Amino acid sequence: MHEMSIAMAVVGQVEEAARAGGAHAVTSVRLQVGELAGVVPDALAFCFELACAGTVLEGAELVTESVTARARCGSCPGTWAVGMPPELCCPGCGRATDVELLSGRELEILSVRWEDGPAGAPTREPIPEEA
Amino acid sequence: MCRVVDLRQAVLAKNDEAAQVLRTELTARGTTVVNLLSSPGSGKTALLERELLLARERGVAVAALTADLATENDALRLARSGVPVKQVLTDGLCHLEAAMLGRHLDGWLPGDTRLLFVENVGNLVCPAGYDLGESLRVVLASVTEGEDKPLKYPTAFGLAQLVVVTKTDIARAVEFDEAAFRANVEQVNPGVEVVLTSARAGEGLGVLLDRALAVGAGGGAHAPVMARQQHAEAHGHGHGHGHAHADAHGHSHGHGHDHDHDDDHDHARDEGHDHDHDGDHEHPHVQTVAQTR
Repeated sequence: MHEMSIAMAVVGQVEEAARAGGAHAVTSVRLQVGELAGVVPDALAFCFELACAGTVLEGAELVTESVTARARCGSCPGTWAVGMPPELCCPGCGRATDVELLSGRELEILSVRWEDGPAGAPTREPIPEEA
Repeated sequence: MCRVVDLRQAVLAKNDEAAQVLRTELTARGTTVVNLLSSPGSGKTALLERELLLARERGVAVAALTADLATENDALRLARSGVPVKQVLTDGLCHLEAAMLGRHLDGWLPGDTRLLFVENVGNLVCPAGYDLGESLRVVLASVTEGEDKPLKYPTAFGLAQLVVVTKTDIARAVEFDEAAFRANVEQVNPGVEVVLTSARAGEGLGVLLDRALAVGAGGGAHAPVMARQQHAEAHGHGHGHGHAHADAHGHSHGHGHDHDHDDDHDHARDEGHDHDHDGDHEHPHVQTVAQTR
């Protein structure tokens, strides 16, 4: 269950970027997770919510984009989806000497949506009594 | 106002950078790190015990660091070989991380160490994603675990630079199908060497030591296909889990943030704690450090 460590790493990196960018609330984080990254998206979502508590990411949504693992063989045409468990020998020639994994190991924060602007800017709908 | 900001940062970038720094530093002083991964009970400690003893007999300076959730049993066993051994208690954490390892080596690892064996937490899932700065990653599986273990844990086996089968002395009793196991390893990690060992019967002893020394001598380790993912974008994503490419991908991310549970409070450190079962040679030098979150 290393998803908690992963979630905390994501939160840490986003917090830092948010601080540098003057953001006061992060509303969503877009993450790319490859099929071979060894991360379970559901477990990560659960941990993410916990890791966000008490930070500028409190309540932020985690959007996970999964990436299919694909490979190609230097001696054969085309690429193939390696599947799970992965088949990393070339389905064409059966060899693996020149096989290259094109995708599937991604574990990357793609983008973040946040609120910035003057400090104290409203981040919620004003309550009528306040207006 | 609301804005979307592109970050494009590898989540494990911080660990990968720490691992790269550690690898560079240790390599420069002549120390090769071997990261041992397996399920609980697959025989890491028993095999390592034999390899450490052999190293000592051959006059090779080795040391071992062993990580468990609790107890210092493994360190006590390894210390019988007479080499420096350190126990790290992860206090529930399922894997080691590079920065954590680095802190444990500080001030402990003897300067002349040629090989440092790191016995990771018994787990085939979590430790797989964390580069520890090793130059050789070894995944072990015992004959009792089933021939399909490599398919069930493809990330661990797929990133291995050496696969070690243990407990071959009971292979026949448990009807271990070596050919099927090898075929499954080949599927997720084509070309990786598979070594058969039995700590009890002596089969394959010394191979782990030889392979580690060869890597330390610059022999180059196997480059798994899974560790060879090419990045199309010029800026790279920074997650070089592979040891094949020793690039640091240094682009700005995650500096100085303590995201983890590896603050060493260093309590419960019982230095020098002599569990010297065979008394006559130097102190085994066991150290236990509790790891708290």
